[in-house]
Amino acid sequence: PPLRPTPSPFPPLHVYLLLKVVDHYENPRNVGSLDKNKKDVGTGLVGAPACGDVMKLQIQVDGNGKIVDAKFKTFGCGSAIASSSLATEWVKGKSIDEALQIKNTDIAKELSLPPVKLHCSMLAEDAIKAALSDYRLKQEDKKKSANTSS
Amino acid sequence: MLSSGRTVSSRLLRPASWLPFRLCPERTAVSSMPKELIKKHELEKDELRPLYMDFQATTPMDPRVLDAMLPYHVNYYGNPHSRTHAYGWESETAMETARKQVADLIGADPREIIFTSGATESNNMAIKGVARFYKAKKRHVITTQTEHKCVLDSCRVLEAEGFTISYLPVQKNGLLDLELLEASIGPETSLVSVMTVNNEIGVKQPIKEIGQICRSKGVFLHTDAAQAVGKIPMSVTDWKIDLMSISGHKIYGPKGVGALYVRRRPRVRLEPLQNGGGQERGLRSGTVPTPLAVGLGAACSIAQKEMEYDEQRVSMLANRLVQKIMSEIPDVILNGDPEQRYSGCVNLSFAYVEGESLLMALKDVALSSGSACTSASLEPSYVLRAIGADEDLAHSSIRFGIGRFTTEEEVDYTAEKCIQQVRRLREMSPLWEMVQEGIDLKSIKWTQH
Repeated sequence: PPLRPTPSPFPPLHVYLLLKVVDHYENPRNVGSLDKNKKDVGTGLVGAPACGDVMKLQIQVDGNGKIVDAKFKTFGCGSAIASSSLATEWVKGKSIDEALQIKNTDIAKELSLPPVKLHCSMLAEDAIKAALSDYRLKQEDKKKSANTSS
Repeated sequence: MLSSGRTVSSRLLRPASWLPFRLCPERTAVSSMPKELIKKHELEKDELRPLYMDFQATTPMDPRVLDAMLPYHVNYYGNPHSRTHAYGWESETAMETARKQVADLIGADPREIIFTSGATESNNMAIKGVARFYKAKKRHVITTQTEHKCVLDSCRVLEAEGFTISYLPVQKNGLLDLELLEASIGPETSLVSVMTVNNEIGVKQPIKEIGQICRSKGVFLHTDAAQAVGKIPMSVTDWKIDLMSISGHKIYGPKGVGALYVRRRPRVRLEPLQNGGGQERGLRSGTVPTPLAVGLGAACSIAQKEMEYDEQRVSMLANRLVQKIMSEIPDVILNGDPEQRYSGCVNLSFAYVEGESLLMALKDVALSSGSACTSASLEPSYVLRAIGADEDLAHSSIRFGIGRFTTEEEVDYTAEKCIQQVRRLREMSPLWEMVQEGIDLKSIKWTQH
């Protein structure tokens, strides 16, 4: 065997774990926008450019309270993009209550996020909750206007 | 050497393919290796490595420097401080030749050069050494906010010892305000430390004028010239510099060696950081590593010969890169003064796109960023903050480093890839979407968490 260490283009372990993140980044699912003026679309916009992380998550809910479509856009590092992409994948097909159960620890575990990137998963959870609460506000407004008009 | 299938891999970065035959044990012994290792060897040979565009972090060693160093590892291996035999004498001659080569590059006397283990050690020696020597009467040191971490940290240690440090702010273009400097120098000031070329934004400080001011006020000027030596013409006599730090691995020399220039007329006194047998004028004890010193000397003499040619080539490539990128995509900002800079260090901020995601997108180019995600803390680069860049732009910056071995194809490929990926990331960015709709981002109340 050769005596000197052969230079290897393979990254050390902590970078390996980020490869799951890279997959989401290379092939992001559900990038895009839904029409935010529609009554069945909830939009959550969380984070701040000054912190280097902004996530916009939109959900479309049908009449039965089930989320049929979700789209996201993110300004942030690879882990933030992966967290929000995963979040949209997970909320699709869930009911509103089930979506509220999604925790940032689950997202972090699925992507094997290192401790320094845990705030990305927290922001993704906040984005889901913000989208759901925006949808709920819209529903209450709709109900109120239906009540006042009738 | 290269197969025709490869397009943009840089020849100098391939691990084994260009080394002379006798130095590469794998090539001589392939037939005797077990089958599994042969397969791995074949696979690794075809492995493409990323393009290297990070010349401010470190540089590959010039092959001529390696040629100069090799005999001193295995043949002329004596300790240069051994006075009694030929091995010592030949090492000492080599060390002194190297010293002369370094001195010639900066216009100094060879007796004023001290070999150290790198620019970090030189900076530590200069700042702590000078401050502590003159601490009886002078307890004030001046530096800037954009200095290298080793300078700032040495100053912090001095503060804990009871010195007063002034960290001067810089203007928006990265340059120091000379009137502010003049006003800050007081009767208690012993040292002013300003780096010549900044490693993050490439800005070149007006060291000549600063030298004038310091000399007229009787204050020593120390400059961290690690990124500037061998790239821009420098003269310690014309610029009135009293202390200068030089780094080997930034000028295509070996890693682990540097030098400190300490002026003899008028004499600058230092308290040594490393004590021992009194080598290097008593200021830095320890055996001088002859091969590394020879490498540094060779790198300096090559740099002196090729400085003009390199400078023309590097500016041409840097302009090409910047023009290409800025003409194709909007909202790109060049950080730092556009005129007073070293052209090989290009720091661009791409609005609405985050730095680390762009680095991940450009995974076949080796680059570096001033974004928070790539530093250990969540704070963006302090240099970008000091020049007053908006916080979100500080998160969006990338540093492109161009050097002696960069080719035009590498620059073109990088520019194209960058343009493509920035467009793609902007499609994914909510901020870009909002700006396209005409919303002013500064008017929004963002949620903090």
